[in-house]
Amino acid sequence: MNEDNLLALRDVSYTYDGEDGQRVPVLQGVDLTIQKGSFVSVLGHNGSGKSTMAKLMNALLLPEGGTVLISGMDTKDGELLWEIRRHVGMVFQNPDNQIVGATVEDDVAFGLENMGVDPKEMRDRIDEALVSVGMESYLQAQPHRLSGGQKQRVAIAGIMAMRPSVIILDEATAMLDPQGRMEVLNLARQLNRDEGLTIINITHFPEEAIYSDKVIVMNAGEVLMEGTPSEVFNEVDRLKQVGLDVPFAVRLRHALHSKGIDLPFVLHQEELVEHVCKLLLTK
Amino acid sequence: MLQNIAIGQYVPGQSFLHRADPRSKLLFIILFATLIFLANNTVTYAILIGFTLYAALLSRLSLSYILKSLKPVWILILFTVVLHIFITKGGTVYFQWGWFTVEEEGVRQAIFISLRLGLLILISSLLTLTTSPIDLTEGLERLLGPLGKIGIPVHDIALMMSIALRFIPTLMEETDKIIKAQTARGANFTSGSLVRRAKNLIPIAIPLFVSAFRRAEELALAMEARGYRGGVGRTRLNKLTFTWRDGIVAVASVILVIVIGWWRT
Repeated sequence: MNEDNLLALRDVSYTYDGEDGQRVPVLQGVDLTIQKGSFVSVLGHNGSGKSTMAKLMNALLLPEGGTVLISGMDTKDGELLWEIRRHVGMVFQNPDNQIVGATVEDDVAFGLENMGVDPKEMRDRIDEALVSVGMESYLQAQPHRLSGGQKQRVAIAGIMAMRPSVIILDEATAMLDPQGRMEVLNLARQLNRDEGLTIINITHFPEEAIYSDKVIVMNAGEVLMEGTPSEVFNEVDRLKQVGLDVPFAVRLRHALHSKGIDLPFVLHQEELVEHVCKLLLTK
Repeated sequence: MLQNIAIGQYVPGQSFLHRADPRSKLLFIILFATLIFLANNTVTYAILIGFTLYAALLSRLSLSYILKSLKPVWILILFTVVLHIFITKGGTVYFQWGWFTVEEEGVRQAIFISLRLGLLILISSLLTLTTSPIDLTEGLERLLGPLGKIGIPVHDIALMMSIALRFIPTLMEETDKIIKAQTARGANFTSGSLVRRAKNLIPIAIPLFVSAFRRAEELALAMEARGYRGGVGRTRLNKLTFTWRDGIVAVASVILVIVIGWWRT
């Protein structure tokens, strides 16, 4: 087992019970390896199996076929369940439905209380976690008084206090306004950069994927594409076929390209602006 | 519309009563309620009234605000007074009109029973006014802790209560939203007969229930993801600790018991 491979899915499959008693396969033969300390984005449509995959990584669901390994720990091993959940933190979509505590402090403490951490140590870890998400001045605040972005940051603090190695954002930005989305995403990138945490961001906003080390595209329960953002987004037509969008700069360049205007491939809007200006000046 | 409703009656503060441990407050209330029922003459009642007023003073809340807690029960008190005056007989006859008399015992009972009710309500509202719902839940959990040994899931009940408290504001906001959405669709909640209005509540209640169930499911998943596995092996952030204040409460309790025991007839 390679130490760098923090998370590995080996030929994983999973089936849900459909409404009419039929078995609906959601994941089939998924093979993935996620490197320690990387920022990975998982793109896919509703029903592509991306949320199921997240739940498999945290042992909330167990694979029907294949194995899920977290730092070499098999999620099927019941003895390791709590250790795996401590290692892999999850932030869910609805900010309101994942806050347990009546105050920010109580909520951050929840995971630590579950782990049986000593109350004296808890105090330090809560402060530390809240500082790392920039919510230290909200210690006694009631969750319903916070904005959506702030609630998600509190949820992240609750995970940070447990000192995980991976944080999975399961569409954590889907219900937020643009500002809240920026807050959460910037925080995720900062934690990845400064604390060396592995971040897996499950999303359907292609824009969120451009800063990641690796993009995984899911479709109909299978990994459709896997690679760097440039590799994945270069295949605009293939993504469009499965109904997925690409970042704005990529889309614009693609449109210009089909009109016969040739520009180098870029991911970021600013870069595209530069290239367009250059082109206009040299003409 | 619904945003300004306070949860419970708790008024934050730093007074002696606010800072006493919820467990000692709860135990004291039980003792005090027993003493109220043991009181049976003017002196003992006077002592209890005096004590309640002193406790009210200690809470540093305005007396008129505390007395407001009697509002929902004044009809009950009035009813008890009237009933006792008319029905309880004995002693000197103060007033007679045909078969109808008002006698000494009746008046005495009317006063004492209404005092009992009033004091009970006042002292227990002092508890809820000075203790946050979270502290109250925690105090109850700790006091009932021994019941866990005979198979009563005290921890789970306490967690359910604290989650319910945590979700009250969230569900209030949601109710507000649903009311607005239904009003926008032409629903009318403010006019019509009582039955009609009650019927109109259905389009609010159903979406609220559906969403509450969905929330519960997601919350359970989130709790599990954060390693929740019941009360076993769990630690708590805020450990309740007894302080000198609780010592004073204990001393006051002993003195009260002795004094009431001495003076009652």
